[in-house]
Amino acid sequence: MAITDIRAFSHLTEDDIVALANEFDAIRRDVENSRGPRDARYIHSVIRAQRVLEVVGRCALFGSRRRSRWIIGTAALSLAKIIENMELGHNVMHGQWDWMNDPEIHSTSWEWDQTGPSEHWKRAHNYAHHTYTNIVGMDEDVGFGILRMTRDEKWRPRNLAQPIANIVLALTFEWGIALHDLSAKKELEGVPPTQWNSGPNKEFAAKAGRQVVKDLVFFPALTGPAWRSTLSANLTANVIRNIWAYLVIFCGHFPDGAEKFTTEHYENETRGEWYLRQLLGSANISGGRAMDFFTGNLSYQIEHHLFPDLPSNRYPEIAARVRALCGKYDLPYTTGSLARQYWLALRTIHKLALPDRFLKATADDAPETSSERKFDRWRPDAPVVVTEASTGRRRGLLTALRVHAEHAVAERRRRRGESSHREPSATV
Amino acid sequence: MGLKEWIEKPAAHVAPGEKSLSNVLRGAVARLTTPLLPDDYLHLVNPLWSARELRGRIVSVRQETPDSATIVIRPGWGFDFGYAPGQYIGIGLHIDGRWHWRSYSLTSSPTWDDKVISIAVKAMPEGFLSSHLVGGVPEGTVVRLAAPKGDFVLPDPPPAKILFLTAGSGITPIMSMLRTLDRRAVERELDLPDVVHIHSAPTAENVMFRSELERFDATHDRFRVHVRHTREKGKFALSELDEVCPDWRERQTWACGPQQMLDDITAHWVAEGIEDQVHLERFAVSRADTSGSGGTITFAKSGKTVTVDGATTILEAGESVGALMPFGCRMGICQTCVVPLEKGHVVDLRSGKEHAEGERVQTCISAAAGDCTLDV
Repeated sequence: MAITDIRAFSHLTEDDIVALANEFDAIRRDVENSRGPRDARYIHSVIRAQRVLEVVGRCALFGSRRRSRWIIGTAALSLAKIIENMELGHNVMHGQWDWMNDPEIHSTSWEWDQTGPSEHWKRAHNYAHHTYTNIVGMDEDVGFGILRMTRDEKWRPRNLAQPIANIVLALTFEWGIALHDLSAKKELEGVPPTQWNSGPNKEFAAKAGRQVVKDLVFFPALTGPAWRSTLSANLTANVIRNIWAYLVIFCGHFPDGAEKFTTEHYENETRGEWYLRQLLGSANISGGRAMDFFTGNLSYQIEHHLFPDLPSNRYPEIAARVRALCGKYDLPYTTGSLARQYWLALRTIHKLALPDRFLKATADDAPETSSERKFDRWRPDAPVVVTEASTGRRRGLLTALRVHAEHAVAERRRRRGESSHREPSATV
Repeated sequence: MGLKEWIEKPAAHVAPGEKSLSNVLRGAVARLTTPLLPDDYLHLVNPLWSARELRGRIVSVRQETPDSATIVIRPGWGFDFGYAPGQYIGIGLHIDGRWHWRSYSLTSSPTWDDKVISIAVKAMPEGFLSSHLVGGVPEGTVVRLAAPKGDFVLPDPPPAKILFLTAGSGITPIMSMLRTLDRRAVERELDLPDVVHIHSAPTAENVMFRSELERFDATHDRFRVHVRHTREKGKFALSELDEVCPDWRERQTWACGPQQMLDDITAHWVAEGIEDQVHLERFAVSRADTSGSGGTITFAKSGKTVTVDGATTILEAGESVGALMPFGCRMGICQTCVVPLEKGHVVDLRSGKEHAEGERVQTCISAAAGDCTLDV
């Protein structure tokens, strides 16, 4: 069962965690105190570039009966929609730019180019997901209520359809998010889910209607004889954006190494442990500047979860400091290429479609979830919190994870060597 | 719903001052630009082409006295020139990446003719924004504007007998009234009502709009101005009113100036039992009490108030009196609780940073620094 005792899991003492919290607070303070014209210029130029790109895309589609124009228009529109959703919508609504005090670039007033209303998303995402990150049963973003993403959750027959549900979700991601947020909003407001004319339902219908009509009726109609190719271009752009957003989101908390937590843990959580949960529960995507930009800097998912309301353009410099802290406290910093991280998430989706009896690992020591009990097995050999006398380096969680992995590999080899004549295990 | 209303709908919340035809057009185009407005694209071409948020461009900065200046602004789309003389506007300047908001009285007379407005600003010793406006703002600077507001206004038609009592930069809202009276007198070929204006300033060179006051005094028989140079002759005592303006009790009075002066005036008029005849504008520059001593918090929409210490968050304070407070994480990360600060100052309990009127604040990690009003 996911992590309940984060202190034991992280191999840190109470004092260590307080010290770590102070270090994270210092990072926040430094960034907050240095926000200025450079950051403002950044967000203004992103907004300008995004809108220009969108206009270019829409204009190119007037000639979309020609294949080259269709490709240019669709590409520009897809990129515009991706930037609008990731670097602009997501981050502005997190309040990353509220410090500028600009009513047009503010978390309370921003509306994004997506099916669902911003207001719904902010409640579900900023509040539920960012406060209760990866707590099984509290953070609905663990599988979005559709997929079983950790064996801490009970298997249900419908999980068998997970591989298909996953593909459908990827293609229609904005609708999945919108409906997910709608039900979260209803739950928070205490609106009966079956009441068809409730406030949240009306808001949803109005926003979704405008979005659909814009891309599928008005813009195609405007391009006259090119309506058919414009329609297909708009649909394609939305799907490309959906798949991209889905990829980035799934690489944030679903790859191996992004830990899950129990509600028991949350009940007694300190500020320092909250930071630690964000750090251990998130995974980054490695890549260059372009990857950072087009993921809306969610390639720095760890930094984003530690400081969700600091400007995204500062995440690279924050990351350097977070990595240094991880080194100092010997904590893992989960990162990998997009392909690798997505492969790990995909593996979990397919594996967990099966009932638990087909799974070998327990929820205390599985790739997608583990707990402090994971270290019990080889406890005698595992290092306790010590500092290496020769180097002054701390031996903590990261060292423990390495030792654990070595034991696991050795054991697997041993078992294979001894009983290779036995039938290969059908379990995963 | 008629066709026109339907087309206009996406832009219905925008710019009530706009001509209805432009809003029909805006609504129609907004079907394509949703969730944005066409203005959100157009203002990238010309900053003034947006009615979503009022903007303006500084046309000129004219020195009034050594420490004050008149700033003439050409507002962009959506500005309502039908404001009342005596009202104030919010003005936002972009400095070091942030928009800083202050409110200043309009000194211009409301008219659609020349499409400009003006404010007059006095540089305060520690007011970095006022100093910036008086001393350093270049012509051509784009500013944000908030629509004219305020109840300190001159009615139309004006009362027959008027007394203006002003001191220092308190003359600014009265200038709008005087200029309006002057303009109407010319337009309607009427004379001014009977106006007495008593103004105080330290020295002659500190009198804002001095030449204009002299011109009004010279051209209008029924306008009399008394300027008191306080450095030389001391503060104007209200007991002197009987001498300077013996019929002051019969007049409708508009007064604007330092806090103490307004308090004295209130007491004086109350003592005479004619407090309904005096109109006051309090725009004393409020300095935040950064000791975090708390204060009285007013929740404007719910009409509730509560007095709290400097350690109580605004969110807790609001909830304690049952104001409808949005909230989320309660630890300063999720921004669900953000509401506009209408008046006063609050302090961010985490950083000690101060937020002033016009800013949007996170109530869950902010505490009152003196009395404040929140728009919730």
